Amino acid sequence: MDNENKPSAAARRQFLADTARMACGVGLLGLGVGLYARHAKALPPAAIRPPGALPETEFSAACIRCGLCVRDCPFDILHLAKPEEPMSTGTPYFVARQLPCEMCEDIPCVKACPTGALDHSLKDINKSKMGLAVLVDQETCLNFLGLRCDICYRVCPVIDKAITLDRQVNVRTGRHTHFIPVVHSDHCTGCGKCEKACPTEVASIKVFPLYMAKGQLSSHYRLGWVEKEKAGGSLGSAGCRAPVQHARGHEI
Amino acid sequence: MNATLKTSATRPGVEAIAAKGWLAAHKWLFLRRSSQVGILLLFLVGPWFGIWIVKGNLNFSYTLNFLPLTDPYVILQSLLARQVPEKLALIGVTIVVLFYLLVGGRAYCSWVCPVNLLTDFAYWLRVRLGLKGSAHISRPTRYWMLGMTLVAAAVTGSIAWEMVNPVSMMHRGLIFGLGLAWAVLLAVFLFDLFVMRHGWCGHLCPVGAFYSLIGRYTLTRIKLPAREACNDCMDCFAVCPEPQVIRPALKAIDGTPPVILESNCTNCGRCIDVCSKDVFAFGTRFNKVVNSVEPVTGVPQAAPK
Ligand code: SF4
Ligand code: SF4
Ligand code: SF4
Ligand code: SF4
Ligand code: SF4
Repeated sequence: MDNENKPSAAARRQFLADTARMACGVGLLGLGVGLYARHAKALPPAAIRPPGALPETEFSAACIRCGLCVRDCPFDILHLAKPEEPMSTGTPYFVARQLPCEMCEDIPCVKACPTGALDHSLKDINKSKMGLAVLVDQETCLNFLGLRCDICYRVCPVIDKAITLDRQVNVRTGRHTHFIPVVHSDHCTGCGKCEKACPTEVASIKVFPLYMAKGQLSSHYRLGWVEKEKAGGSLGSAGCRAPVQHARGHEI
Repeated sequence: MNATLKTSATRPGVEAIAAKGWLAAHKWLFLRRSSQVGILLLFLVGPWFGIWIVKGNLNFSYTLNFLPLTDPYVILQSLLARQVPEKLALIGVTIVVLFYLLVGGRAYCSWVCPVNLLTDFAYWLRVRLGLKGSAHISRPTRYWMLGMTLVAAAVTGSIAWEMVNPVSMMHRGLIFGLGLAWAVLLAVFLFDLFVMRHGWCGHLCPVGAFYSLIGRYTLTRIKLPAREACNDCMDCFAVCPEPQVIRPALKAIDGTPPVILESNCTNCGRCIDVCSKDVFAFGTRFNKVVNSVEPVTGVPQAAPK
Protein backbone atom coordinates (compact mmCIF):
# COMPACT_ATOMS: atom_id res chain seq x y z
CA MET A 1 0.00 0.00 0.00
CA ASP A 2 2.74 2.41 1.01
CA ASN A 3 4.87 1.40 -1.95
CA GLU A 4 2.01 2.14 -4.28
CA ASN A 5 1.21 5.42 -2.61
CA LYS A 6 4.66 6.96 -2.77
CA PRO A 7 5.09 7.27 -6.50
CA SER A 8 1.50 8.31 -6.90
CA ALA A 9 1.98 11.05 -4.32
CA ALA A 10 5.05 12.25 -6.18
CA ALA A 11 3.15 12.04 -9.42
CA ARG A 12 0.32 13.96 -7.86
CA ARG A 13 2.69 16.69 -6.69
CA GLN A 14 4.18 16.86 -10.17
CA PHE A 15 0.71 17.02 -11.65
CA LEU A 16 -0.34 19.80 -9.30
CA ALA A 17 2.83 21.75 -10.05
CA ASP A 18 2.32 21.32 -13.78
CA THR A 19 -1.30 22.35 -13.52
CA ALA A 20 -0.45 25.41 -11.46
CA ARG A 21 2.25 26.43 -13.91
CA MET A 22 -0.08 25.98 -16.84
CA ALA A 23 -2.93 27.85 -15.13
CA CYS A 24 -0.60 30.76 -14.36
CA GLY A 25 0.71 30.85 -17.92
CA VAL A 26 -2.74 30.73 -19.46
CA GLY A 27 -4.04 33.22 -16.88
CA LEU A 28 -1.30 35.72 -17.70
CA LEU A 29 -1.98 35.29 -21.39
CA GLY A 30 -5.67 35.88 -20.69
CA LEU A 31 -4.85 39.03 -18.78
CA GLY A 32 -2.80 40.23 -21.74
CA VAL A 33 -5.58 39.49 -24.19
CA GLY A 34 -8.13 41.19 -21.93
CA LEU A 35 -6.08 44.34 -21.50
CA TYR A 36 -5.34 44.45 -25.20
CA ALA A 37 -9.05 44.12 -25.97
CA ARG A 38 -9.96 46.85 -23.47
CA HIS A 39 -7.33 49.11 -24.90
CA ALA A 40 -8.67 48.66 -28.42
CA LYS A 41 -12.25 49.40 -27.49
CA ALA A 42 -12.01 53.13 -28.12
CA LEU A 43 -12.21 53.81 -31.81
CA PRO A 44 -9.38 55.95 -33.20
CA PRO A 45 -10.50 59.38 -34.48
CA ALA A 46 -10.07 58.71 -38.19
CA ALA A 47 -11.93 55.38 -38.23
CA ILE A 48 -15.66 55.56 -38.88
CA ARG A 49 -17.89 52.51 -38.54
CA PRO A 50 -20.37 51.58 -41.30
CA PRO A 51 -24.00 52.79 -41.03
CA GLY A 52 -26.08 51.24 -38.28
CA ALA A 53 -23.08 50.09 -36.23
CA LEU A 54 -24.00 49.48 -32.61
CA PRO A 55 -22.28 51.64 -30.01
CA GLU A 56 -18.60 50.70 -29.82
CA THR A 57 -18.81 48.67 -26.61
CA GLU A 58 -21.54 46.47 -28.04
CA PHE A 59 -20.07 46.42 -31.51
CA SER A 60 -16.89 44.65 -30.44
CA ALA A 61 -19.08 41.93 -28.92
CA ALA A 62 -21.53 41.59 -31.79
CA CYS A 63 -19.33 41.89 -34.87
CA ILE A 64 -17.79 38.53 -35.78
CA ARG A 65 -15.29 40.08 -38.18
CA CYS A 66 -16.65 38.30 -41.25
CA GLY A 67 -16.32 41.13 -43.74
CA LEU A 68 -19.69 40.60 -45.41
CA CYS A 69 -20.37 44.33 -45.06
CA VAL A 70 -17.06 45.03 -46.78
CA ARG A 71 -17.99 42.74 -49.65
CA ASP A 72 -21.46 44.14 -50.21
CA CYS A 73 -20.49 47.80 -50.18
CA PRO A 74 -20.77 48.76 -53.86
CA PHE A 75 -18.32 51.63 -53.43
CA ASP A 76 -15.72 49.49 -51.70
CA ILE A 77 -15.12 52.01 -48.94
CA LEU A 78 -14.91 49.58 -46.02
CA HIS A 79 -11.84 47.76 -44.69
CA LEU A 80 -11.33 45.16 -41.98
CA ALA A 81 -8.85 46.38 -39.37
CA LYS A 82 -5.44 44.73 -39.58
CA PRO A 83 -3.74 43.63 -36.37
CA GLU A 84 -1.43 46.64 -36.31
CA GLU A 85 -4.29 49.12 -36.55
CA PRO A 86 -5.45 50.63 -33.27
CA MET A 87 -8.90 49.08 -33.05
CA SER A 88 -10.40 45.62 -32.68
CA THR A 89 -8.66 43.41 -35.24
CA GLY A 90 -10.91 42.41 -38.10
CA THR A 91 -13.68 44.94 -37.51
CA PRO A 92 -14.93 47.10 -40.39
CA TYR A 93 -14.31 50.83 -40.76
CA PHE A 94 -13.78 53.50 -43.34
CA VAL A 95 -11.62 56.61 -43.51
CA ALA A 96 -13.71 59.51 -44.75
CA ARG A 97 -10.84 61.47 -46.26
CA GLN A 98 -9.99 58.47 -48.43
CA LEU A 99 -13.46 57.29 -49.43
CA PRO A 100 -16.61 58.50 -47.71
CA CYS A 101 -19.85 56.57 -47.38
CA GLU A 102 -22.12 57.18 -50.37
CA MET A 103 -25.22 56.63 -48.25
CA CYS A 104 -26.80 53.96 -50.46
CA GLU A 105 -30.55 54.12 -50.21
CA ASP A 106 -30.93 50.34 -49.75
CA ILE A 107 -27.99 50.19 -47.26
CA PRO A 108 -26.45 46.92 -48.57
CA CYS A 109 -23.81 46.81 -45.84
CA VAL A 110 -26.44 46.62 -43.12
CA LYS A 111 -28.44 44.03 -45.03
CA ALA A 112 -25.34 41.88 -45.44
CA CYS A 113 -24.45 41.82 -41.75
CA PRO A 114 -25.37 38.37 -40.40
CA THR A 115 -25.13 39.29 -36.72
CA GLY A 116 -26.87 42.63 -36.41
CA ALA A 117 -23.64 44.36 -35.39
CA LEU A 118 -24.93 46.70 -38.08
CA ASP A 119 -28.42 47.23 -36.73
CA HIS A 120 -31.05 45.88 -39.10
CA SER A 121 -33.65 48.26 -37.71
CA LEU A 122 -31.93 51.04 -39.63
CA LYS A 123 -34.11 51.41 -42.72
CA ASP A 124 -33.53 55.04 -43.67
CA ILE A 125 -29.89 55.87 -44.40
CA ASN A 126 -30.58 59.51 -43.54
CA LYS A 127 -31.16 58.40 -39.96
CA SER A 128 -27.74 56.75 -39.66
CA LYS A 129 -25.20 58.08 -37.20
CA MET A 130 -21.82 56.86 -38.36
CA GLY A 131 -20.16 59.87 -36.80
CA LEU A 132 -20.51 63.62 -36.69
CA ALA A 133 -18.86 66.26 -38.84
CA VAL A 134 -17.05 69.01 -37.00
CA LEU A 135 -15.62 72.15 -38.53
CA VAL A 136 -12.33 71.61 -36.81
CA ASP A 137 -10.31 74.54 -38.09
CA GLN A 138 -11.82 77.99 -38.42
CA GLU A 139 -8.39 79.34 -39.29
CA THR A 140 -8.21 77.36 -42.51
CA CYS A 141 -11.84 76.92 -43.54
CA LEU A 142 -12.14 79.05 -46.67
CA ASN A 143 -15.62 80.25 -45.78
CA PHE A 144 -14.32 81.47 -42.45
CA LEU A 145 -11.64 83.36 -44.36
CA GLY A 146 -14.39 85.15 -46.25
CA LEU A 147 -14.46 83.14 -49.48
CA ARG A 148 -17.49 81.39 -50.97
CA CYS A 149 -16.05 77.87 -51.03
CA ASP A 150 -19.26 76.23 -49.78
CA ILE A 151 -18.05 72.84 -50.99
CA CYS A 152 -18.87 70.92 -47.82
CA TYR A 153 -22.31 72.42 -47.86
CA ARG A 154 -22.92 71.56 -51.50
CA VAL A 155 -21.71 67.94 -51.33
CA CYS A 156 -23.66 67.13 -48.19
CA PRO A 157 -26.36 64.57 -49.03
CA VAL A 158 -28.50 66.10 -46.31
CA ILE A 159 -27.90 69.66 -47.51
CA ASP A 160 -29.61 72.46 -45.56
CA LYS A 161 -30.36 70.13 -42.70
CA ALA A 162 -27.00 68.61 -41.74
CA ILE A 163 -25.01 71.63 -42.85
CA THR A 164 -26.36 75.15 -43.12
CA LEU A 165 -24.53 78.31 -44.02
CA ASP A 166 -25.13 80.89 -41.35
CA ARG A 167 -24.46 84.44 -42.28
CA GLN A 168 -22.29 86.69 -40.16
CA VAL A 169 -20.76 90.10 -40.71
CA ASN A 170 -17.20 90.01 -41.97
CA VAL A 171 -15.73 92.33 -39.40
CA ARG A 172 -12.41 92.54 -41.21
CA THR A 173 -13.82 94.17 -44.34
CA GLY A 174 -16.86 95.55 -42.65
CA ARG A 175 -18.76 95.25 -45.92
CA HIS A 176 -18.97 91.54 -46.62
CA THR A 177 -20.66 88.48 -45.22
CA HIS A 178 -19.18 85.26 -43.85
CA PHE A 179 -21.11 82.17 -44.81
CA ILE A 180 -20.30 80.00 -41.85
CA PRO A 181 -20.81 76.25 -42.31
CA VAL A 182 -22.67 74.94 -39.28
CA VAL A 183 -23.21 71.21 -38.73
CA HIS A 184 -26.39 70.05 -37.01
CA SER A 185 -26.00 66.82 -35.13
CA ASP A 186 -29.64 65.80 -35.44
CA HIS A 187 -29.31 65.50 -39.22
CA CYS A 188 -25.62 64.80 -39.90
CA THR A 189 -25.12 61.11 -40.70
CA GLY A 190 -21.35 61.20 -40.47
CA CYS A 191 -20.98 60.02 -44.05
CA GLY A 192 -17.82 62.08 -44.43
CA LYS A 193 -18.51 63.50 -47.88
CA CYS A 194 -17.77 66.97 -46.55
CA GLU A 195 -14.41 65.90 -45.18
CA LYS A 196 -13.53 64.14 -48.41
CA ALA A 197 -14.45 67.19 -50.50
CA CYS A 198 -12.90 69.93 -48.37
CA PRO A 199 -10.27 71.54 -50.65
CA THR A 200 -7.82 72.65 -47.97
CA GLU A 201 -4.59 70.64 -47.84
CA VAL A 202 -5.71 69.02 -44.63
CA ALA A 203 -9.48 68.93 -44.30
CA SER A 204 -10.88 71.79 -42.23
CA ILE A 205 -14.08 69.89 -41.61
CA LYS A 206 -13.70 66.34 -40.33
CA VAL A 207 -15.93 63.51 -39.28
CA PHE A 208 -15.29 61.91 -35.90
CA PRO A 209 -16.86 59.00 -34.10
CA LEU A 210 -19.80 60.31 -32.10
CA TYR A 211 -18.15 59.81 -28.73
CA MET A 212 -15.42 62.23 -29.77
CA ALA A 213 -17.50 64.80 -31.55
CA LYS A 214 -20.55 65.16 -29.38
CA GLY A 215 -20.84 67.02 -26.12
CA GLN A 216 -23.58 66.42 -23.63
CA LEU A 217 -25.33 68.82 -21.29
CA SER A 218 -25.70 67.85 -17.66
CA SER A 219 -29.01 66.11 -17.16
CA HIS A 220 -30.39 68.83 -14.89
CA TYR A 221 -30.02 71.52 -17.52
CA ARG A 222 -33.28 72.88 -18.88
CA LEU A 223 -33.33 75.22 -21.83
CA GLY A 224 -35.91 77.84 -20.98
CA TRP A 225 -37.04 78.44 -24.54
CA VAL A 226 -37.41 74.74 -25.27
CA GLU A 227 -39.41 74.20 -22.09
CA LYS A 228 -41.61 77.14 -22.99
CA GLU A 229 -42.28 75.76 -26.42
CA LYS A 230 -43.15 72.42 -24.90
CA ALA A 231 -45.58 74.04 -22.47
CA GLY A 232 -47.43 76.25 -24.96
CA GLY A 233 -46.12 76.41 -28.47
CA SER A 234 -47.15 79.84 -29.65
CA LEU A 235 -45.71 81.78 -26.77
CA GLY A 236 -42.46 79.89 -27.07
CA SER A 237 -41.91 80.59 -30.72
CA ALA A 238 -42.80 84.21 -30.38
CA GLY A 239 -40.50 84.66 -27.46
CA CYS A 240 -37.60 82.80 -28.95
CA ARG A 241 -37.40 83.23 -32.68
CA ALA A 242 -38.10 86.88 -33.10
CA PRO A 243 -34.95 88.18 -31.46
CA VAL A 244 -32.76 85.82 -33.43
CA GLN A 245 -34.15 86.99 -36.74
CA HIS A 246 -33.86 90.49 -35.51
CA ALA A 247 -30.21 90.03 -34.70
CA ARG A 248 -29.54 88.48 -38.09
CA GLY A 249 -31.18 91.36 -39.79
CA HIS A 250 -28.75 93.62 -38.04
CA GLU A 251 -25.73 91.68 -39.12
CA ILE A 252 -26.50 91.60 -42.79
CA MET B 1 11.75 -7.12 -37.05
CA ASN B 2 14.88 -5.09 -36.48
CA ALA B 3 15.11 -4.17 -40.12
CA THR B 4 11.48 -3.11 -40.07
CA LEU B 5 12.05 -0.85 -37.13
CA LYS B 6 15.07 0.73 -38.79
CA THR B 7 13.41 1.63 -42.06
CA SER B 8 10.34 2.93 -40.37
CA ALA B 9 12.46 4.94 -37.97
CA THR B 10 14.06 6.79 -40.87
CA ARG B 11 10.85 7.57 -42.68
CA PRO B 12 7.39 6.48 -41.64
CA GLY B 13 5.32 5.21 -44.53
CA VAL B 14 8.09 3.45 -46.44
CA GLU B 15 6.52 0.09 -45.71
CA ALA B 16 3.10 1.29 -46.73
CA ILE B 17 4.44 2.62 -50.03
CA ALA B 18 6.09 -0.71 -50.67
CA ALA B 19 2.92 -2.59 -49.82
CA LYS B 20 0.25 -0.41 -51.44
CA GLY B 21 2.06 1.89 -53.85
CA TRP B 22 2.79 5.60 -53.44
CA LEU B 23 -0.64 6.84 -54.44
CA ALA B 24 -2.60 4.63 -52.07
CA ALA B 25 -0.16 5.46 -49.28
CA HIS B 26 -0.90 9.18 -49.74
CA LYS B 27 -4.57 9.05 -50.64
CA TRP B 28 -6.02 10.79 -47.60
CA LEU B 29 -3.15 13.20 -47.33
CA PHE B 30 -3.73 14.22 -50.92
CA LEU B 31 -7.50 14.58 -50.44
CA ARG B 32 -6.96 16.55 -47.27
CA ARG B 33 -4.53 19.00 -48.83
CA SER B 34 -6.92 19.39 -51.77
CA SER B 35 -9.70 20.20 -49.34
CA GLN B 36 -7.64 22.72 -47.36
CA VAL B 37 -6.31 24.48 -50.45
CA GLY B 38 -9.61 24.15 -52.33
CA ILE B 39 -11.61 25.78 -49.55
CA LEU B 40 -9.10 28.60 -49.35
CA LEU B 41 -9.30 29.06 -53.11
CA LEU B 42 -13.10 29.21 -53.01
CA PHE B 43 -12.75 32.17 -50.70
CA LEU B 44 -9.97 33.71 -52.79
CA VAL B 45 -11.42 33.60 -56.32
CA GLY B 46 -13.82 36.36 -55.22
CA PRO B 47 -11.27 39.00 -54.30
CA TRP B 48 -8.76 37.77 -56.89
CA PHE B 49 -10.90 37.27 -59.98
CA GLY B 50 -14.28 38.70 -59.03
CA ILE B 51 -15.89 35.25 -59.03
CA TRP B 52 -18.07 35.42 -55.95
CA ILE B 53 -18.83 31.88 -54.91
CA VAL B 54 -18.12 32.39 -51.23
CA LYS B 55 -18.08 35.70 -49.40
CA GLY B 56 -16.67 36.31 -45.95
CA ASN B 57 -14.26 34.13 -44.01
CA LEU B 58 -14.29 31.17 -41.65
CA ASN B 59 -16.08 33.18 -38.95
CA PHE B 60 -19.05 33.61 -41.24
CA SER B 61 -19.35 32.85 -44.91
CA TYR B 62 -22.15 33.14 -47.37
CA THR B 63 -22.03 30.73 -50.29
CA LEU B 64 -23.82 31.77 -53.50
CA ASN B 65 -25.92 34.15 -51.39
CA PHE B 66 -27.73 31.07 -50.17
CA LEU B 67 -25.78 29.01 -47.67
CA PRO B 68 -24.77 30.71 -44.41
CA LEU B 69 -22.00 29.06 -42.40
CA THR B 70 -21.03 30.44 -39.01
CA ASP B 71 -18.23 29.45 -36.67
CA PRO B 72 -19.99 28.34 -33.47
CA TYR B 73 -16.94 29.23 -31.37
CA VAL B 74 -17.03 32.91 -32.31
CA ILE B 75 -20.78 33.02 -31.72
CA LEU B 76 -20.32 31.45 -28.29
CA GLN B 77 -17.89 34.24 -27.44
CA SER B 78 -20.32 36.82 -28.77
CA LEU B 79 -23.09 35.38 -26.60
CA LEU B 80 -20.83 35.44 -23.55
CA ALA B 81 -20.10 39.07 -24.36
CA ARG B 82 -23.89 39.51 -24.14
CA GLN B 83 -24.83 39.97 -27.77
CA VAL B 84 -27.44 37.81 -29.45
CA PRO B 85 -26.80 37.56 -33.20
CA GLU B 86 -29.43 37.81 -35.93
CA LYS B 87 -31.14 34.80 -37.42
CA LEU B 88 -28.82 34.32 -40.39
CA ALA B 89 -25.79 33.82 -38.15
CA LEU B 90 -27.73 31.39 -35.98
CA ILE B 91 -28.86 29.33 -38.97
CA GLY B 92 -25.21 29.19 -39.99
CA VAL B 93 -24.22 27.92 -36.55
CA THR B 94 -26.79 25.15 -36.70
CA ILE B 95 -25.61 23.96 -40.10
CA VAL B 96 -21.96 23.97 -39.07
CA VAL B 97 -22.56 22.14 -35.79
CA LEU B 98 -24.65 19.48 -37.53
CA PHE B 99 -22.00 19.13 -40.23
CA TYR B 100 -19.18 18.57 -37.77
CA LEU B 101 -21.31 16.21 -35.73
CA LEU B 102 -21.40 14.12 -38.88
CA VAL B 103 -17.82 14.36 -40.13
CA GLY B 104 -15.90 14.66 -36.86
CA GLY B 105 -15.31 17.78 -34.75
CA ARG B 106 -11.64 18.26 -35.38
CA ALA B 107 -12.09 17.46 -39.04
CA TYR B 108 -12.21 21.25 -39.02
CA CYS B 109 -8.53 21.16 -38.08
CA SER B 110 -7.31 18.71 -40.65
CA TRP B 111 -9.60 19.48 -43.58
CA VAL B 112 -10.42 23.19 -43.31
CA CYS B 113 -8.19 25.27 -41.02
CA PRO B 114 -5.45 27.07 -42.96
CA VAL B 115 -3.09 27.14 -39.97
CA ASN B 116 -2.86 23.37 -40.23
CA LEU B 117 -0.95 23.79 -43.50
CA LEU B 118 1.54 25.92 -41.60
CA THR B 119 1.94 23.70 -38.55
CA ASP B 120 2.08 20.52 -40.63
CA PHE B 121 4.84 22.14 -42.64
CA ALA B 122 6.66 23.05 -39.43
CA TYR B 123 6.40 19.45 -38.26
CA TRP B 124 7.59 18.10 -41.60
CA LEU B 125 10.58 20.44 -41.50
CA ARG B 126 11.25 19.53 -37.87
CA VAL B 127 11.52 15.87 -38.83
CA ARG B 128 13.62 16.65 -41.91
CA LEU B 129 16.04 18.77 -39.90
CA GLY B 130 16.16 16.13 -37.21
CA LEU B 131 15.20 18.58 -34.46
CA LYS B 132 14.65 16.47 -31.39
CA GLY B 133 14.05 18.51 -28.23
CA SER B 134 10.56 19.64 -27.38
CA ALA B 135 9.22 21.77 -24.55
CA HIS B 136 6.66 20.13 -22.34
CA ILE B 137 3.17 21.53 -22.01
CA SER B 138 0.40 19.07 -21.38
CA ARG B 139 -2.14 18.53 -24.13
CA PRO B 140 -5.15 19.55 -22.01
CA THR B 141 -3.64 23.05 -21.81
CA ARG B 142 -5.78 23.82 -24.86
CA TYR B 143 -8.93 23.49 -22.72
CA TRP B 144 -7.53 26.04 -20.30
CA MET B 145 -6.86 28.26 -23.28
CA LEU B 146 -10.44 27.71 -24.42
CA GLY B 147 -11.72 28.58 -20.96
CA MET B 148 -9.51 31.64 -20.86
CA THR B 149 -10.89 32.95 -24.16
CA LEU B 150 -14.46 32.45 -22.95
CA VAL B 151 -13.76 34.22 -19.66
CA ALA B 152 -12.03 37.02 -21.56
CA ALA B 153 -15.13 37.45 -23.73
CA ALA B 154 -17.41 37.59 -20.70
CA VAL B 155 -15.18 39.95 -18.70
CA THR B 156 -14.26 42.41 -21.45
CA GLY B 157 -17.66 42.26 -23.12
CA SER B 158 -15.98 41.83 -26.49
CA ILE B 159 -14.78 38.99 -28.65
CA ALA B 160 -11.33 39.50 -27.19
CA TRP B 161 -9.68 36.37 -28.61
CA GLU B 162 -10.37 37.54 -32.15
CA MET B 163 -7.74 40.22 -31.61
CA VAL B 164 -5.00 37.60 -31.53
CA ASN B 165 -6.51 34.37 -32.88
CA PRO B 166 -3.99 33.02 -35.44
CA VAL B 167 -6.68 30.95 -37.17
CA SER B 168 -8.92 33.84 -38.14
CA MET B 169 -5.91 36.12 -38.58
CA MET B 170 -4.51 33.82 -41.23
CA HIS B 171 -7.77 33.16 -43.02
CA ARG B 172 -9.05 36.72 -42.87
CA GLY B 173 -5.58 38.00 -43.64
CA LEU B 174 -5.22 35.95 -46.81
CA ILE B 175 -8.61 37.14 -48.04
CA PHE B 176 -8.85 40.71 -46.78
CA GLY B 177 -5.21 41.70 -46.38
CA LEU B 178 -2.61 40.33 -44.00
CA GLY B 179 -1.02 43.39 -42.44
CA LEU B 180 1.17 42.42 -39.53
CA ALA B 181 -0.69 39.12 -39.08
CA TRP B 182 2.26 37.45 -40.80
CA ALA B 183 4.27 38.06 -37.65
CA VAL B 184 1.78 36.14 -35.53
CA LEU B 185 1.80 33.29 -38.04
CA LEU B 186 5.58 33.27 -38.19
CA ALA B 187 5.61 33.03 -34.40
CA VAL B 188 3.30 30.00 -34.51
CA PHE B 189 5.48 28.41 -37.20
CA LEU B 190 8.74 28.97 -35.34
CA PHE B 191 7.19 27.78 -32.08
CA ASP B 192 6.16 24.53 -33.72
CA LEU B 193 9.47 24.16 -35.51
CA PHE B 194 11.95 24.92 -32.77
CA VAL B 195 10.19 24.93 -29.41
CA MET B 196 7.56 22.25 -29.39
CA ARG B 197 6.49 19.30 -31.49
CA HIS B 198 2.83 19.75 -32.54
CA GLY B 199 2.98 22.74 -30.21
CA TRP B 200 0.19 24.99 -31.39
CA CYS B 201 -2.43 22.61 -32.82
CA GLY B 202 -1.68 19.76 -30.46
CA HIS B 203 -1.49 21.65 -27.18
CA LEU B 204 -2.63 25.25 -27.26
CA CYS B 205 -5.14 26.23 -29.92
CA PRO B 206 -8.53 26.95 -28.31
CA VAL B 207 -10.30 26.69 -31.67
CA GLY B 208 -9.16 23.10 -32.03
CA ALA B 209 -10.12 22.51 -28.40
CA PHE B 210 -13.60 23.84 -29.09
CA TYR B 211 -14.09 21.60 -32.12
CA SER B 212 -12.82 18.62 -30.13
CA LEU B 213 -15.79 19.14 -27.82
CA ILE B 214 -18.11 18.68 -30.79
CA GLY B 215 -15.91 15.69 -31.63
CA ARG B 216 -17.09 13.85 -28.54
CA TYR B 217 -20.33 13.00 -30.24
CA THR B 218 -19.36 12.83 -33.89
CA LEU B 219 -20.47 10.05 -36.18
CA THR B 220 -17.43 9.61 -38.44
CA ARG B 221 -14.52 8.04 -36.61
CA ILE B 222 -11.47 5.99 -37.47
CA LYS B 223 -12.16 2.30 -37.01
CA LEU B 224 -9.55 -0.43 -36.72
CA PRO B 225 -11.13 -3.46 -38.38
CA ALA B 226 -7.79 -5.29 -38.50
CA ARG B 227 -6.02 -4.23 -35.38
CA GLU B 228 -4.68 -7.71 -34.73
CA ALA B 229 -2.65 -7.35 -37.95
CA CYS B 230 -0.61 -4.50 -36.43
CA ASN B 231 3.10 -5.37 -36.61
CA ASP B 232 4.18 -2.59 -34.24
CA CYS B 233 6.00 -0.60 -36.89
CA MET B 234 4.86 2.54 -35.05
CA ASP B 235 4.37 4.47 -38.28
CA CYS B 236 0.88 5.60 -37.32
CA PHE B 237 2.21 7.04 -34.05
CA ALA B 238 4.92 8.84 -35.99
CA VAL B 239 2.56 10.58 -38.40
CA CYS B 240 -0.43 11.18 -36.14
CA PRO B 241 -0.70 14.76 -34.86
CA GLU B 242 -2.43 13.40 -31.73
CA PRO B 243 -0.68 10.06 -31.21
CA GLN B 244 -2.17 9.54 -27.76
CA VAL B 245 -5.57 8.85 -29.34
CA ILE B 246 -4.41 5.73 -31.18
CA ARG B 247 -3.09 3.55 -28.38
CA PRO B 248 -6.28 2.64 -26.53
CA ALA B 249 -8.09 1.50 -29.66
CA LEU B 250 -5.08 -0.17 -31.29
CA LYS B 251 -3.95 -2.04 -28.22
CA ALA B 252 -7.46 -2.69 -26.90
CA ILE B 253 -6.47 -1.12 -23.59
CA ASP B 254 -9.15 -1.73 -20.96
CA GLY B 255 -11.24 -3.45 -23.60
CA THR B 256 -11.47 -0.36 -25.81
CA PRO B 257 -13.44 -1.24 -28.94
CA PRO B 258 -11.62 -1.00 -32.29
CA VAL B 259 -12.67 2.55 -33.00
CA ILE B 260 -10.94 5.80 -32.08
CA LEU B 261 -13.47 7.63 -29.95
CA GLU B 262 -10.97 10.13 -28.57
CA SER B 263 -12.32 13.54 -29.49
CA ASN B 264 -8.91 14.90 -30.43
CA CYS B 265 -8.49 12.56 -33.36
CA THR B 266 -8.68 14.98 -36.28
CA ASN B 267 -10.00 12.44 -38.79
CA CYS B 268 -7.07 13.31 -41.00
CA GLY B 269 -6.75 9.73 -42.19
CA ARG B 270 -2.98 9.82 -42.22
CA CYS B 271 -2.88 6.64 -40.13
CA ILE B 272 -4.88 4.86 -42.84
CA ASP B 273 -2.38 5.94 -45.49
CA VAL B 274 0.71 5.04 -43.57
CA CYS B 275 -0.27 1.59 -42.30
CA SER B 276 1.01 -1.22 -44.50
CA LYS B 277 -1.31 -3.70 -42.81
CA ASP B 278 -4.51 -1.73 -43.45
CA VAL B 279 -5.36 -1.67 -39.78
CA PHE B 280 -7.27 1.60 -40.02
CA ALA B 281 -10.26 2.74 -42.06
CA PHE B 282 -12.90 5.43 -41.90
CA GLY B 283 -16.02 4.22 -40.16
CA THR B 284 -18.55 5.35 -37.62
CA ARG B 285 -18.40 5.51 -33.87
CA PHE B 286 -20.61 2.43 -33.80
CA ASN B 287 -18.03 0.22 -35.58
CA LYS B 288 -17.20 -1.88 -32.58
CA VAL B 289 -16.66 -5.17 -34.39
CA VAL B 290 -13.29 -6.57 -35.39
CA ASN B 291 -13.02 -8.44 -38.70
CA SER B 292 -11.43 -11.66 -37.50
CA VAL B 293 -11.80 -13.48 -34.24
CA GLU B 294 -9.88 -11.68 -31.57
CA PRO B 295 -10.03 -11.86 -27.83
CA VAL B 296 -11.77 -8.63 -26.83
CA THR B 297 -9.74 -8.42 -23.65
CA GLY B 298 -6.72 -7.37 -25.64
CA VAL B 299 -4.35 -8.56 -22.94
CA PRO B 300 -2.16 -10.63 -25.29
CA GLN B 301 -1.63 -7.56 -27.47
CA ALA B 302 -0.79 -5.24 -24.66
CA ALA B 303 1.32 -7.65 -22.65
CA PRO B 304 4.53 -7.71 -24.74
CA LYS B 305 4.92 -3.94 -24.41
S1 SF4 C 1 -24.19 52.90 -47.14
FE1 SF4 C 1 -23.37 52.21 -49.09
S2 SF4 C 1 -21.44 53.34 -49.35
FE2 SF4 C 1 -22.03 53.52 -47.21
S3 SF4 C 1 -20.92 51.84 -46.25
FE3 SF4 C 1 -22.95 51.09 -46.69
S4 SF4 C 1 -22.77 50.11 -48.65
FE4 SF4 C 1 -20.95 51.38 -48.40
S1 SF4 D 1 -21.00 42.17 -41.69
FE1 SF4 D 1 -21.46 42.60 -39.54
S2 SF4 D 1 -20.43 40.97 -38.38
FE2 SF4 D 1 -19.54 40.99 -40.43
S3 SF4 D 1 -17.76 42.31 -40.29
FE3 SF4 D 1 -19.46 43.60 -40.97
S4 SF4 D 1 -20.29 44.44 -39.08
FE4 SF4 D 1 -19.02 42.70 -38.50
S1 SF4 E 1 -20.76 64.10 -42.66
FE1 SF4 E 1 -20.75 66.04 -43.74
S2 SF4 E 1 -21.58 65.58 -45.73
FE2 SF4 E 1 -22.13 63.85 -44.38
S3 SF4 E 1 -24.11 64.35 -43.56
FE3 SF4 E 1 -22.63 65.14 -42.12
S4 SF4 E 1 -22.30 67.23 -42.73
FE4 SF4 E 1 -23.29 66.23 -44.44
S1 SF4 F 1 -5.75 23.19 -33.68
FE1 SF4 F 1 -6.36 25.26 -34.18
S2 SF4 F 1 -4.83 26.04 -35.60
FE2 SF4 F 1 -4.58 23.81 -35.48
S3 SF4 F 1 -5.74 23.06 -37.18
FE3 SF4 F 1 -7.11 23.03 -35.41
S4 SF4 F 1 -8.17 25.02 -35.43
FE4 SF4 F 1 -6.43 25.15 -36.82
S1 SF4 G 1 -5.63 8.76 -35.32
FE1 SF4 G 1 -5.36 8.83 -37.53
S2 SF4 G 1 -7.03 10.15 -38.25
FE2 SF4 G 1 -6.83 10.47 -36.06
S3 SF4 G 1 -5.49 12.24 -35.89
FE3 SF4 G 1 -4.21 10.40 -35.73
S4 SF4 G 1 -3.50 10.02 -37.84
FE4 SF4 G 1 -5.24 11.43 -37.95
